[in-house]
Amino acid sequence: MSLAEFLKRRLVSPELDQEIDSIGKPIGSLGYDPWGYNNDTLKIGYAITREIYDKYFRVEVDGIDKIPAEGPVLIIANHSGQLPIDGLLIGFALASRKKRPRLPRAMIERFFPTVPYLGNLLNQFGAVLGDPVNCARMLANDEAVIVFPEGVRGSGKLYRDRYQLKRFGNGFMHLAMEHGATVVPVGVVGCEETIPTLANIKPLARMLGLPYFPLAAPVVLPAKVHICVGDPMVFDNDDIPEEQVTARVDLVKAAVGEMIKKGLNQRKRLF
Amino acid sequence: MAAPKRPQILVTGAAGTLAQQVIGQLRESCDLVAVDFREQVWLGDDIPSYCIDFNKRVFEDIFRRFHFDGVIHLGRIMSSQENRLRRYNANVLGSQKLLDLSHKYNVSRVIILSTYYVYGAVPFNPALINEEAPLKAAGLTMDLVDSVELENLANIYLWRYPNLNITVLRPCNIVGPGVRNAISTLLSGERAPVLAGFSPMMQFIHIDDMADAIVAAWQYRRKGIYNVAPEDWVAYQRALELCGCSRVPIPSIPPVLPRTLLRLINLRRFPPYLMDFFKYPVIIDGRSFARDFGFHPRRSLDDIFHYYRENKHPV
Repeated sequence: MSLAEFLKRRLVSPELDQEIDSIGKPIGSLGYDPWGYNNDTLKIGYAITREIYDKYFRVEVDGIDKIPAEGPVLIIANHSGQLPIDGLLIGFALASRKKRPRLPRAMIERFFPTVPYLGNLLNQFGAVLGDPVNCARMLANDEAVIVFPEGVRGSGKLYRDRYQLKRFGNGFMHLAMEHGATVVPVGVVGCEETIPTLANIKPLARMLGLPYFPLAAPVVLPAKVHICVGDPMVFDNDDIPEEQVTARVDLVKAAVGEMIKKGLNQRKRLF
Repeated sequence: MAAPKRPQILVTGAAGTLAQQVIGQLRESCDLVAVDFREQVWLGDDIPSYCIDFNKRVFEDIFRRFHFDGVIHLGRIMSSQENRLRRYNANVLGSQKLLDLSHKYNVSRVIILSTYYVYGAVPFNPALINEEAPLKAAGLTMDLVDSVELENLANIYLWRYPNLNITVLRPCNIVGPGVRNAISTLLSGERAPVLAGFSPMMQFIHIDDMADAIVAAWQYRRKGIYNVAPEDWVAYQRALELCGCSRVPIPSIPPVLPRTLLRLINLRRFPPYLMDFFKYPVIIDGRSFARDFGFHPRRSLDDIFHYYRENKHPV
């Protein structure tokens, strides 16, 4: 028996199996899609994440039903915590919501495909290389896509800069306009405290070909996480100059900032 | 009333399994001539067959003798065969000669078999690469330069001589009975190398389906460049598992380590310059071809892997 079969037998109940199958994804005859998503691996990942989500990070979600159940959606969130834990938790929150759950895709940083084991594993859970072509194809397939427009600027930020939004790229707005995708701002509070980082050892990062090398405790702390979902935003596809696109991006950035503020106000304690 | 003239077609690479499948399908409706640079193959009394190098002057005599309506160029030396210079001479210069003669003797349809390797395997490849994507392979390894050059050449002739009606087909991994390329050899073996921690998505097309695709390309006469791949995908290591191969992991980081190891062991079925194709996915979008040529592959991945699994220990 392979490890995957063993884990599936131990962790995936028949109800969960059915639950995931009923959400449905366009996959090939062996359970894969072109980006490497695998239905069986997702079921195992879902079962493990549920434990982490409920018991380790004790996630509280506000407004998850605001994310449309159909059509192309871009979920725009703040990025933090060195590892893509925030993407995992947002994804699980949407996949496990009571009313019309969705399995979103997360756009991941470009260095992940070069990391053995982790790159493939993330792909099998539905994460996709953060390339505009990939994102455009996903939206054309009516998928919900989680995007962190701060990129590594956000995930690699130091503890002293926590909850300060870094520059948002304009790429997501162009894609949203082109594909008529609904933009949903999301604020994640708590992930900054999961791996508090004191410094970035740049020479070591350069040597290893990594975007950053954090000086941090080699553990993920059990910070309590709050996810606040804002109201959906729709943008027309008018032919506008880049300046106006940036203005639209700033609107979304401000909405994400509002959601972070809301999450920080809701938070009673760090852990 | 005289019967309508049957089209006369030149098929190159006649010693290969794919060419023989295509010949098998077209021989009823067309007059065929088979050539191969490796060996002369006997294909029946009705099909003249020649062992010939395209770069020799005598090759033109075949065009003089037969008035070809079409050329199906399947005689590309695979990247795992011969050396770079020989491949360049045959694949680039030989193909140029073939296209020049096709133009000179008023051939009205040319089909060229290329490969998806031309896209190159890089970690930043998006999935479902379409035909407009840049061909990165030449910048990544010298061993695929001839494949990219053949494409460039076909492109130039496609626009310069529209009467040739050139169609270039870029298939994914062709596998199945009789196929002797690197991936088919890997799937048919007892053990297959894998790069530890990497299992890229792959696409496989059964040789019978590929032959159907070439015949469809001949019948529909639509020129252009097309990917040919079914809409089904599987991870490399899962494919090996389904074919009953044991996986032999090779350390994958730092990248120089597997490259050096592969150079040292020099496996034909896992050559160092194809290493990145076993590390990063190159998933192509075959929907344009399916739409324009009404092509639907009939053999599933299960059928393909079943063949390799059942033939591990031939009697």
